[in-house]
Amino acid sequence: MFYREAGDFKTSYQGDSQTFPIKFDRYRYYAVMAFAFLVVPFMINDYWANAILLPFLIYSIAAIGLNILVGYCGQVSLGTGGFMAVGAYAAYKLMTAFPEVSMFIHVILAGGITAVVCVGFGLPSLRIKGFYLAVATLAAQFFLVWLFNRVPWFYNYSASGQINAPERDTFGILITGPNAPAWATYLFCLIFLTVCALIARNLTRGMQGRSWMAIRDMDIAAEIIGVNPLKAKLSAFAVSGFFIGISGALFFSVYLGAVEVGEAFGINKSFLVLFMVIIGGLGSIFGSFAGAGFLVLLPVVLKVFGVDVMGWPTDIVAHFQLVIVGALIIFFLIVEPHGLAQLWRVAKEKLRLWPFPH
Amino acid sequence: MPEQLAFAMEVTLNGLMAGVLYALVALGFVLIYKASGIFNYAQGVMALFAAMTLVGIMNGQVPFSHLINAMLGTEIHHFGWHVPGLLAILLTVGVMVLLAWLVQVCVMRHLVGQEPIILFMATIGLAYFLEGVSDLMWGSEIKTLDVGLPQGINIAIEDATYKLFDYGFFVDNLDIVATVIAALLVTGLVLFSQYTKQGRAMRAVADDHQAALSVGISLNFIWVLVWSVAGFVALVAGIMWGTKSGVQFSLSLIALKALPVLMLGGFTSIPGAIVGGLIIGVGEKLFEFLVGPMVGGATENWFAYVLALLFLVFRPQGLFGEKIIERV
Repeated sequence: MFYREAGDFKTSYQGDSQTFPIKFDRYRYYAVMAFAFLVVPFMINDYWANAILLPFLIYSIAAIGLNILVGYCGQVSLGTGGFMAVGAYAAYKLMTAFPEVSMFIHVILAGGITAVVCVGFGLPSLRIKGFYLAVATLAAQFFLVWLFNRVPWFYNYSASGQINAPERDTFGILITGPNAPAWATYLFCLIFLTVCALIARNLTRGMQGRSWMAIRDMDIAAEIIGVNPLKAKLSAFAVSGFFIGISGALFFSVYLGAVEVGEAFGINKSFLVLFMVIIGGLGSIFGSFAGAGFLVLLPVVLKVFGVDVMGWPTDIVAHFQLVIVGALIIFFLIVEPHGLAQLWRVAKEKLRLWPFPH
Repeated sequence: MPEQLAFAMEVTLNGLMAGVLYALVALGFVLIYKASGIFNYAQGVMALFAAMTLVGIMNGQVPFSHLINAMLGTEIHHFGWHVPGLLAILLTVGVMVLLAWLVQVCVMRHLVGQEPIILFMATIGLAYFLEGVSDLMWGSEIKTLDVGLPQGINIAIEDATYKLFDYGFFVDNLDIVATVIAALLVTGLVLFSQYTKQGRAMRAVADDHQAALSVGISLNFIWVLVWSVAGFVALVAGIMWGTKSGVQFSLSLIALKALPVLMLGGFTSIPGAIVGGLIIGVGEKLFEFLVGPMVGGATENWFAYVLALLFLVFRPQGLFGEKIIERV
C-alpha cells in the first residue's frame, strides 16, 4: 500500500540515483537516524551502552570493513583481530603521545595507520587466491598479536603489558576513561558508524565498488575487461583496513578501556567478525548491521534466558552459545547463503507487491 | 662450538618429531579436500572431540551429565566402570563414523555444488558446534589421556648420542611412537586408496563428481567414508596430542597449526602434508633456537604462517599441489 515507487516521480539525475529510491525507505531511514541521534542519548544508561549499544556500533564498523573485503571484493581475510589490534595500539600510541589533540583525529589516524598495514598484508593477494589467501591472512593475525605482546615500545613499557586508555576528550566532553558519560561514548561511536556506513555505501555502488565486485566474481575476466586487479584489491584492503582500524581504536579506547592483546584481539575476534558478515549477508551494508546486531544480542539473550530464567550454570550457557552459533551458521549457509540481508530484501519485494501475490 | 652444533641437531631432531605430529593433523585435511573439495576447518575440533570421547568412554563418564544435572537436579557423573583402552578406541571409532554420517546427512548433502568458500565457512560453523557439543557432553576441564603409550626420555638414544657427541639428545618416546604410527597410517592410506575398491571410488569422486556418479559410485557413501576416515585420522592425532599435552580446548587449535603445513605441501598431496609438516616442524624449532632469543621468543606462534606466506608468493600451489590453471 504505502511501500511503492509508483507516484514518486524523479525529476533529476540526483533523485534518480539516490541511495533510497523508495519514499518509504527514505523516511524510515530518516526516522531511524533521528531516533538514534535524538532519542537514544537521552534514554541511555551504562548497562545498555556497555552491554549492547557500544559493542553493536563498534562491531558494525568492523563488519562493514570486513564485508568490503570479503563480501564485495571476495578476498577472504582471517586477520581482522590483528588489524583491530593495529587500530587499538595506534590509537593508544597517539593518545599518549599527543594528549591535547581531539579523539576524533586520533581515531581517524589510527584507521589510516591500519589501512597502511592492511595494504602491506594484502600484497600477497595479488599472487595468492581463495583459501590460500585466507590462511595467509592468518600470518597477519598471529604475527601482529605477537608483535604487540613482545615489543615493549607498543605498550609504553608498562609492567603488565596491557594498554590502558587515558582520559581524553573531544570538544571538552570526556570520551574515554571510566568517567566518560554513556551518552557521549555512544554518540561518538554512532557518528563514526554513520560516516563509515555512508562512505561504504557510496563507495560500493560507485565505480570502485563495481570493480571490486568484478574482481570478486571472476578476477581474470575482470582483468580482461580492464579492471586493474592491483588497484582494486589493494584499495579494498585499504578501505577495509581503515574501517577495521577505526573499530579497533574505538573498541579499545571507548568500549573496553584496558586491553590485553591476545585476549581482546585473538583469532576468535577474527572469526566473530567473519560470522557477523556471513550471517548478516556477504556483500551488503545492511547485512553488516544485521549480523553485528544479531551476534551481539545472541549471547545477551542466551545469558538472560539460560542463567536468569532457567537457572543453569554460566559455563553450560556458554557452551550452548557455541552450539547455537555454529548451528546457526550452518543453517544460514544452507537455507540462505546471502544471510539476513537477503531475507530483508525478499521481505521488501513482497511488501512492494502486497496485497497482490505477483 | 660442537656443543652448540649438537644442540642444534637435537633441536632439528625434535623439530622433525613435532613435524610428524603436525603432518598427522594435516593428513585429515588432505583426505577430505581431495575427495570432496571441502577444506575442513573442523578437523582440529574433531581431534578434540575424538580424544574427549575416548577419555569419557574409558572413564565411564555419563555423556551430558553436567547438563542433565543442571536441568533435572540429579547428581550423576559416572557409570562406575572402566573400559580398557583398545575397546574404548574401537567404540570411539564407532562414534566418529556416526559423526561422519551425521555431518553428511545434516550438512554437506545440502551444500553440494556451493562455492568452496561457502563450504569452508560451513565447516567453521561445524567446528563451533562440535566444540560446544563436546564441552556439553564431557565437560570442559582438562583431562589426562593414557592409553598405554610409552612416554618420557628415550634412554637408548641418549646413551648413543652421548658416546658420539659427548652430549645426550633428549627424545621423547611418545614422539618416536608417533612417527611410527604416522608412517603406518600413511602407508595404510596410500594402500587403501590405491588397491581397494572403495579407495579407488574415493579417488574417482575426487577427480570428477559427475563422472563418478555416472559409473555407479554412490557419492553419499563415499563422502561418509571420507569423513569417517578423516575422523579416524583425527582420533589418532587426538590420542597423540592428548597424551602429550592433555585433552583440552587448545587441542582444537592444532588445526590452525596444520594450515601452514598444508599450504607448504599443497592441499591435494598426501606426501606434501608429510614434507610440509617436517619443514614447518624443523623450521619453527630452529628459528626459535637461533633467532628467537634476539626478538623476544615465542616466535613459534607465527613463524609457520609467515614461512608459508613467503613460500606461497613464489609457488602459489604449494610444493606438491596440482598446478592451478584458471580459465575464463
